[in-house]
Amino acid sequence: MKVIPMTWAKAVSSCSLDNLPKTADAVVIGGGVIGTSIAYHLAKKGFGRIALLERSYLASGSTGRCGAGVRQQWGTRLNCLLSIDSVRAFERMDDELNYSRSIEFKQGGYLLLAYTRREADQFKKNVLLQQELGIPVSLLTPLEAREIVPILSTDGVLLATFCPTDGHANPFHVTYAYASAGKRLGVDLHTFTEAHEILTESGKITGVKTNKGTISTNTVINAAGPYSGVVAQMVGLDIPFYPERHQILVTEPVDPVLGPMVMSFSRRFYCQQTPHGSFIMGMGDPKEKPGFSISGTWEFLVEMATEITKVLPPVGNLSVVRQWAGLYDMTPDAHPILGPTPCEGFYLACGFSGHGFMLAPVTGKLISEIVCDEEPSIDIHGLDLGRFERGELVIEPSVV
Amino acid sequence: MTDKKLSKEKKTDKSEITLICRCEDVTLEEIRDLIAEGYTTAEEIKRITRCGMGPCQGRTCRELLLAEVARALGEKVDKVAPTRYRQPTKPIRLGGIIEGDTNDLG
Ligand SMILES: Cc1cc2nc3c(=O)[nH]c(=O)nc-3n(C[C@H](O)[C@H](O)[C@H](O)COP(=O)(O)OP(=O)(O)OC[C@H]3O[C@@H](n4cnc5c(N)ncnc54)[C@H](O)[C@@H]3O)c2cc1C
Repeated sequence: MKVIPMTWAKAVSSCSLDNLPKTADAVVIGGGVIGTSIAYHLAKKGFGRIALLERSYLASGSTGRCGAGVRQQWGTRLNCLLSIDSVRAFERMDDELNYSRSIEFKQGGYLLLAYTRREADQFKKNVLLQQELGIPVSLLTPLEAREIVPILSTDGVLLATFCPTDGHANPFHVTYAYASAGKRLGVDLHTFTEAHEILTESGKITGVKTNKGTISTNTVINAAGPYSGVVAQMVGLDIPFYPERHQILVTEPVDPVLGPMVMSFSRRFYCQQTPHGSFIMGMGDPKEKPGFSISGTWEFLVEMATEITKVLPPVGNLSVVRQWAGLYDMTPDAHPILGPTPCEGFYLACGFSGHGFMLAPVTGKLISEIVCDEEPSIDIHGLDLGRFERGELVIEPSVV
Repeated sequence: MTDKKLSKEKKTDKSEITLICRCEDVTLEEIRDLIAEGYTTAEEIKRITRCGMGPCQGRTCRELLLAEVARALGEKVDKVAPTRYRQPTKPIRLGGIIEGDTNDLG
């Protein structure tokens, strides 16, 4: 076999290990789906020289650990508007980003199950709002739900809602698609490069110190996912959010039997079948305490198995191949924090509270508009950091 | 023979394909193409190709993948970051977990 010379891979490597630029027009901290989307959108606007810093490899954080579901069935107008925009972007993404592989966007819909009276009432309200905004959602009886998912047990189901254009994608491919499109537009991707310190002068950003050197810049975008609180502290900002572990597992692949993502808020689970054939499912744990742990537990396997075999009984015959965990970056109102901060040139794109994957396309677009001093194409003034001080929270009722 | 020529030939003659991951059908050519595109960590290549993500959890291909990355980077294999092992070490049936069916654990 031929031995490939050392320089061969280095020449084409995405991780420019040694050549951190001295200056940049913007530095994005975080190489997850949010950071790469922002870097791409800024580059597309011709913002100038953009450096993206990722302390490990791309998608190594929450992004690579997530369920990657994409839904428009939300309980607040704002989340609906943001996700409608994102779904349109996912539909066109392979072409728009000229990606050499596929982001594997499967629009099999989301089937949401209501098990309590309260939940059923909330769903009826949500559906009216969603329909008013043009989301093709319908309210279903349990039997109608079973027509869509024949393996569903309707035990205890009061009603369901279904939106056929919801779905899920492959989180690695979406991140790599944004990263490679960004790179073609001139974005400097620096993996294994960690921001250690953010430099300021009289309340304005002047640079970022990393393990590979210092970059001068007037603009920093904090897209460090669950570590955004740590990064915000670098400019002395306290942001009201906390990391929370969420666990997930994947089974062996089988023939397609499940079209939509099946989800319940009151029972806190979701389950999908990927185009590859494997089932991916996760569950929230109300006893989970804030923290950075990402180890998987046996208790999760037992709880998940118990729940899913009740709701989708045949799934009990499938074998689990891997389990893992990741972090949600939770805010008090389960909405992200997007926009400028009291520190001039420092922007936040964090606090996605378990649904940042699906909001990545629209977030990249809106943050690039804000950084370029344009009026954002969706009014997100209410999602700024100041809302917590003003007491203007936008509570989202429909989350797992 | 150049690498390019090699992979072309392999694409036309199926019997010449070098399979690295038997669970997920990942070939050596795919891995080399990815390295050439700039994906130089085993974790990224695993995630793009699913190499090592099948039921056997990378029992054979994990080492082969690491060796290929090491070769491309001109590093020793033990200097290349390995991919993570994830529980369970052997596939377990979901139904078996609740029944406490230890037969599944092998
Ligand atoms: C189990 C689970 C299931 C989920 N399911 C869904 C779902 O179905 N749909 C959905 O929309 N969302 C889901 N989410 C949420 C989603 O994963 C996140 O909201 C989203 O990935 C956030 O992306 P991000 O880029 O902000 O964060 P991350 O992917 O965490 O990226 C942040 C990056 O910043 C890097 N970083 C941190 N500090 C520094 C530093 N100082 N210097 C340089 N780099 C740094 C990290 O290494 C990391 O790669 C789920 C999350 C989990 C854990």
